[in-house]
Amino acid sequence: MPHNKTKMKTKEVMVLEDLLGSNKKIADQIRKKLTAKGILTINLLSSPGSGKTTLLESLSEILTPEYKMAVIEGDIETERDADRIRAKGIPAWQITTGGACHLEAKMIGKLFPKIPADLDFLFIENVGNLVCPASFDLGENIRCVLLSIPEGDDKPKKYPKAFITSHCLVISKTDLAPVLPFNIEKAKKEALEINPNLKLLTTSAQSGAGIKELAEYFIESLQKIRRTNA
Amino acid sequence: MHELSLIANLFEIMEEKAAEKNAKKITHVVLQVGKLAGVVPELLITAFDMYKKDTIASEGNLEIKEVPLKILCRDCKTEVVKDDFVFICAKCGSSNLKTLAGMELYLEKMELEVD
Ligand SMILES: Nc1nc2c(ncn2[C@@H]2O[C@H](COP(=O)(O)OP(=O)(O)OP(=O)(O)O)[C@@H](O)[C@H]2O)c(=O)[nH]1
Ligand SMILES: [Mg+2]
Ligand SMILES: [Zn+2]
Repeated sequence: MPHNKTKMKTKEVMVLEDLLGSNKKIADQIRKKLTAKGILTINLLSSPGSGKTTLLESLSEILTPEYKMAVIEGDIETERDADRIRAKGIPAWQITTGGACHLEAKMIGKLFPKIPADLDFLFIENVGNLVCPASFDLGENIRCVLLSIPEGDDKPKKYPKAFITSHCLVISKTDLAPVLPFNIEKAKKEALEINPNLKLLTTSAQSGAGIKELAEYFIESLQKIRRTNA
Repeated sequence: MHELSLIANLFEIMEEKAAEKNAKKITHVVLQVGKLAGVVPELLITAFDMYKKDTIASEGNLEIKEVPLKILCRDCKTEVVKDDFVFICAKCGSSNLKTLAGMELYLEKMELEVD
């Protein structure tokens, strides 16, 4: 009503609130609870097909049975990745986002009651996407970004956020390096320019190269949080 | 396209604040978006316009203030605004840097209509 409108007053209010504040709050609670239980949580992110599920399959062979691991799989559709992990004898829960291109902390929070307290490692395989997942803290201790040889060595500069917010970069599928024009040294150098604190590792699930070193990095990180707890 | 879920979060905050102030309408919304926020401003506006239908902000518009990436070198204390993402001090070569601005994704302020 125009009549009504004339009686309205306009008022400006300052807010200054983070759009990701509610996600961050849930993520901090998750991290606190899992860390207190001595569980190391790892958020794996990469473009579709960089080899996240295959890497988890290979890691399970090294980490178990000495360590107990479980996997949360994020996908837009299907239980396929969770089924692959279960076939290795590892507990896995699938989150199907039904279109959403990333996982959010509240989705992890919902699964919380199912997570066994005696785990050593909780891996979260994010939805295959190098952009969107980078904005959402899931309560992980370690964010690990994968970049596979077929994707090209220019990705750190093109998708900086995933690399800036990660603790660890895994250059995967290194068995393909001899046949593709991927310059591993250049990728490492450029990744360090945008994030000097990145831990750099290279793996090939095909040949097995580097998987043990990656497992050792996770084991050291687990020991670190348990020392801090003690 | 995570812009849509960010806009859903935005509306949650907007509606809460508008209710606190007994607002009838939200006519203007200002967001601070850092250069490293990892979002596309145009997509935020598209998502906002899709989302606002049948809400208190149905006639509102979204303004985006882009915040440049600003870093401080902890070693030589130089402060620089960067247009690239090279986290190395151009003056002394140090990588001991602190991000001062550029990660924001904030609802800065809004304009309301109240009785
Ligand atoms: N040559 C080679 N191929 C690999 C390697 N690791 C994975 N692959 C292949 O890459 C393809 C994708 O691997 P996945 O493990 O399914 O990749 P992903 O990142 O889990 O994929 P999404 O979950 O769909 O994002 C499969 O065909 C794998 O066999 C590797 O180390 N070397
Ligand atoms: Mg997968
Ligand atoms: Zn300096």
